[in-house]
Amino acid sequence: MRIVKLQKENLFPFLDAISEDSELWAPVKKGADRHVFKEIQDFSQVDLDYTRTIIPPRKILLPPSINMFKAKKGGYEEDFSHVSKKILFGIHPCDINGLVIMDRFYSYVFDDPYYSKARKNVLILGHSCWPDEHCLCKSTNTHVVEEGYDLFFTALEDCYIVWIGSSRGDDLIRIKPDLFDENITPQDIQNFIRRREEKDEAFQTEIDFSAMPDLMELKYNDSLWEKIGNACLACGSCTNVCPTCNCYNVLDKPALGEDFSEIRRCWDACTLENYSEVAGGENFRENRANRLKLWYTHKLQAYISKYGKPACVGCGRCIVTCPVDINVKTVAKTLSGEEVDSFWNRFYQEVTK
Amino acid sequence: MNTDKNELNQANPFLPEPARIVRLYPLTDDVRFFQIRIADMEKALSFKYCVGQFAMISILGAGEAPFSISSTPSRPGLLEFCIRQTGTVTNALFRLKENDLVGIRGPYGNGFPVEKMKGKDILIVMGGLGAAPLRSVLLYCLDNRDLFGRVILLHGAKRPAEMIFREEFFDLKKRDDLECCLAVDEDDTGKWPENIGVVTKLFPLIEDIDPENTYSLVCGPPVMYKFVLKELVDLDIPKDQILMTLERRMKCGVGKCGHCAIDYIYTCLDGPVFTYWDVIHMKELI
Repeated sequence: MRIVKLQKENLFPFLDAISEDSELWAPVKKGADRHVFKEIQDFSQVDLDYTRTIIPPRKILLPPSINMFKAKKGGYEEDFSHVSKKILFGIHPCDINGLVIMDRFYSYVFDDPYYSKARKNVLILGHSCWPDEHCLCKSTNTHVVEEGYDLFFTALEDCYIVWIGSSRGDDLIRIKPDLFDENITPQDIQNFIRRREEKDEAFQTEIDFSAMPDLMELKYNDSLWEKIGNACLACGSCTNVCPTCNCYNVLDKPALGEDFSEIRRCWDACTLENYSEVAGGENFRENRANRLKLWYTHKLQAYISKYGKPACVGCGRCIVTCPVDINVKTVAKTLSGEEVDSFWNRFYQEVTK
Repeated sequence: MNTDKNELNQANPFLPEPARIVRLYPLTDDVRFFQIRIADMEKALSFKYCVGQFAMISILGAGEAPFSISSTPSRPGLLEFCIRQTGTVTNALFRLKENDLVGIRGPYGNGFPVEKMKGKDILIVMGGLGAAPLRSVLLYCLDNRDLFGRVILLHGAKRPAEMIFREEFFDLKKRDDLECCLAVDEDDTGKWPENIGVVTKLFPLIEDIDPENTYSLVCGPPVMYKFVLKELVDLDIPKDQILMTLERRMKCGVGKCGHCAIDYIYTCLDGPVFTYWDVIHMKELI
């Protein structure tokens, strides 16, 4: 692995130089304490002191609604207007791991050109982070990155240790080689190791995910699911904020007054009521408990049997988003037999009785 | 899973290919038979599929939906579907006439394990519209009659007028290399010449099943499975030789949209054909 050093004051000049012919996206503060990935016009907007954005970066690759085709009687015209050259700066390890799962998913058996074209046009510049009380990435082993990035910036006191993860990442360094220092001192290495140790100790939540696949099987018919299902609002928020959710719906929208249809692809959520409904009205997952079981099978047991690992990357978004505290933390704890005094527990006792 | 890359448009698997309805007639009050041919003659002839696979059919302005292929790959060039009018896409399909164009993409899904079925006795049990996917395998067996042992067909419908492929199956009864038993739940015509009762009533009519040497293929309305599966297990047919083909909502057919997810697999990639053992150990299948 090629590793270089960058002084902190050189960061923005570097980003400026490499983003001449592409959009630069980075975390930006929204409201009092929330963050979003946004296209940057001015470096003063960038706020690297963030934990998680509201929506994961997959939104930048496949926005909530894209046009797949402009369809006329004469034929279908492919539409890749959502694809543009982008640099995504400031992505945390959990989200990079989320993208690695997406990469595998969208190329599995059939390559999805709407994802892969967008992905090929995006450079991933990761950034180190600091866990808050909801971060679970150490438990999911996604607090470190091994692949899926072009450059990764680990912030030390006054400099960045920059890991070059791809040939394209190396090309970026070569645009402004003078800004970088090839010489990483023993002190830098000491600082890097110390920072990693301190970060590993900063995690406040730990869950044994290795037991989850078995527990999902053994407790598949447990009454806990009915309890959770009773509290679920079926709002789909957990899905929208999850870095590894990918479900979508396809709509054929005839353009008013025109002779063509737009074939649109829109985010969908398996927690919504009509998700599994087929023509004729048969609904394979009418009740909320069954839909939550599907969601948690994918997150905690196996995304797809072939990947052999759960799809949760521990970003904590479902924890801060679900209005009734149904999230990987409470569900995993409940599966492990802990009584979780969460909102849905109280809700069940106080309201449904 | 079928990993052969036979799909029509490899660069963009979502791109439908124009296809022409060449023949269209009613099978029952609400089920129609669609024979279609991919407009590009070369593609029409090179469209390779396996029995039990499905295709996505689209109609501009209405949308796209998955349909089982009812024809057999042993008769290439034309694709046949039997389609019940039941939703947005099928409503639009029912407004079309012969020579109209639709979009098609596929074939998708795993299909029936024909190679494993060769040399074995084939017991096909279908109810109602379950004949749509199973007609494919029935015709395939008949077109390649020497490759299979006994071929037995049990087909049940509610009433005589609701039996799809009625005439076709009555014709097949004349063949001496096929054991064909038909039944209706109730005969409102008074002229039904065959059995009356649910499809399980037909099981006593078939003699000397050699269970280890039999593959049974089942498709029908959800209510049918419980009873038919019990009969098949009572006959001692191994559970991984009992095959069924399932229906799920699908928006892509290629393992991306997520709608057909069952447990941790996708019906469109790992199905729609599953064994009874899959059903027992995977939850949620039926």
